[in-house]
Amino acid sequence: MSSIPSPIPVLSPLRMQRHPRVVVVLTVVLLFAGGGLMMHAESQIQVLGLLAAFLVTFAIADRTPLGQEIAAMCGDYGGFANGVAFVCALGLIAVFHGEHYTLLVLATVALFSTACIALNLQLAFAGMANFAGAAFFVLGSYTAAVLTAYSWIPHPLILIVSGLVTGAIGVILLLPVLRTRGHYAALVTIAFGLLLRSLLEVNDTLGGPQGMKIKGFSVFGLDFNRMSSIGSWDVSFYLPYAVLSISIFAVAFTLIRCIERSWIGIALDTVRCDETAASVFGLSIARWKVVAFLIGNAVIGVAGALYGMMNGFVTPNGSGLGDSLLMLSIIVLGGLGNFWGAVVAAMVILVIPEKLQAIQEFRLLIFALLVLAILLFRPSGILPRPTRDLSRFIGPPGADA
Amino acid sequence: MNAPLLACGGLTMRFDGLVALDGLDIEVDKGETVGLVGPNGSGKTTFFNVVTGLYKPSAGSVRLDARDLFAKPPQVIGRAGVARTFQRSRLMLDQSVFDNIVVGALCRLDLGLFTNLFRRRRWRDELSGMVDHARALAHRFNPAIADRLFQPAGSFAMIDRRRIEICRALIGAPRLLLLDEPSAGMTHDETRQLMDDLLAFRQEMPDLAVILVEHEMDVIRRVSDRCVVLNFGRKIFEGSFDALIANSDVQTAYLGVSQ
Repeated sequence: MSSIPSPIPVLSPLRMQRHPRVVVVLTVVLLFAGGGLMMHAESQIQVLGLLAAFLVTFAIADRTPLGQEIAAMCGDYGGFANGVAFVCALGLIAVFHGEHYTLLVLATVALFSTACIALNLQLAFAGMANFAGAAFFVLGSYTAAVLTAYSWIPHPLILIVSGLVTGAIGVILLLPVLRTRGHYAALVTIAFGLLLRSLLEVNDTLGGPQGMKIKGFSVFGLDFNRMSSIGSWDVSFYLPYAVLSISIFAVAFTLIRCIERSWIGIALDTVRCDETAASVFGLSIARWKVVAFLIGNAVIGVAGALYGMMNGFVTPNGSGLGDSLLMLSIIVLGGLGNFWGAVVAAMVILVIPEKLQAIQEFRLLIFALLVLAILLFRPSGILPRPTRDLSRFIGPPGADA
Repeated sequence: MNAPLLACGGLTMRFDGLVALDGLDIEVDKGETVGLVGPNGSGKTTFFNVVTGLYKPSAGSVRLDARDLFAKPPQVIGRAGVARTFQRSRLMLDQSVFDNIVVGALCRLDLGLFTNLFRRRRWRDELSGMVDHARALAHRFNPAIADRLFQPAGSFAMIDRRRIEICRALIGAPRLLLLDEPSAGMTHDETRQLMDDLLAFRQEMPDLAVILVEHEMDVIRRVSDRCVVLNFGRKIFEGSFDALIANSDVQTAYLGVSQ
């Protein structure tokens, strides 16, 4: 048998392997450029073209050896790739510095992705379905609304306090059902979402169905809503929000990634996979569920608080079961346990319907079909969760330091 | 005479009307291997579930080295030094072999949020210690497992999954190990290999007490120091393997009454 020469000698794997970081940078920059164009695109043709380009790219990455190699490299250099992604996101903000709408979309995707990563911590790691994601998100906004209106707490602290409040409320919900097994916790979250919405709608102190105004974010006398230039550079007032949203996303991403790649991540996976084995080996089921629920809801609350401050108001509307299901469908679509999958799916769910007027009316139907298709043909999502490989934190075997 | 490591007295487990364990007395000494046999439904696995705290026994006593473990939660019993394997493999097949094995020692590791998230250097030191430990343990059973420590457990054959499960039970340095039908679903040769592994391992942990539930009489003969036979939740025989073979009650329990 004669060996077949590589058809693309320039991109031969050997050559790529010599410069993995270059490959990673190029890949991430390309993906973010595509994502940026998608957020910016206005004509239907552009959107459809970009969508097609993404599908082709995905098929190449998924099916061809070259694409798989590049995808594996991005995985091997995960930390580096994430750093590059952060810089790219800041780059996008710089490119679109004057465009209100594009920056708003970018910040929205970042904040919803943050919430979805938190839901991943709860569902994909600890195995707890939280059907009140949107309710906790809105709860964060309301906390920020109340605190900005009635207190002098500096705004960065308000973000943290909103997280603590939502986290604490989540734990209070969970405590009574900790002794049960199965789906009781999920039922409680559904009930909580429904009750919260009714409560907010009838409560006049919190604005009733009209909701509340929220003051814009300001820090050290710098009011984000009045910001119109940096030096001699005219910018949209959404620019600082976009930067802060991306930063919050990066912090949440790093935090929850650290949790995953630690003893806690293994404990959570064990509790999810097999409560019996977990308890026989001395792990407290209740403790780890509380930890995942607390941290997850706190992160959702922080994202919700900033989202409310950016929009300037909050209403009970966004807190319904439908919105919570949308968040869960984002993480199922993206791949349970894969954070970048959640970002991709958030783009699909939040951005594309805005851009494609034709599907606006049918968006829920299309999401439902999309989720069904994914569950049927690719049950682990667009980007499946990779097996945790802790060997990256230690030297090669035998080379003990 | 030394007190036994595990002492169960009058252990009774009722499920509504059904009596699964009926006044069972079992004692196991340090370093001893006890073979637990009996027909299907005679209460062997129930006994394991009661000793590990998965079922709350109705009456009796369970003591590990004079410490009362009767009706304690499984977490307390696990931390006291009782480890087990399961009849049906209970591994996390999507997770790596190392992740699965380290579960057995997790409750002894530093699970604090602060250490795990912010003192990563310290966590890495602990990690590298555990990786060495797990690799050495897995190597003892099968070098191929040690070489693929970070591959998903689901990519291994049944016998290796059993070995991984035994490694998971051993990494926490238990004082009592409960093996629930380790040979289930394996071929004759595989069973023999696994027993060789166990016997070799046994010599390195002379203080470890083992209770082995098994249907393969060959395994019981080779591995156990003493045998206990259960039938309808009662102990019908206790003694050496040779005596077991000759015992008429045991023959009746397994084969029915001869006319």
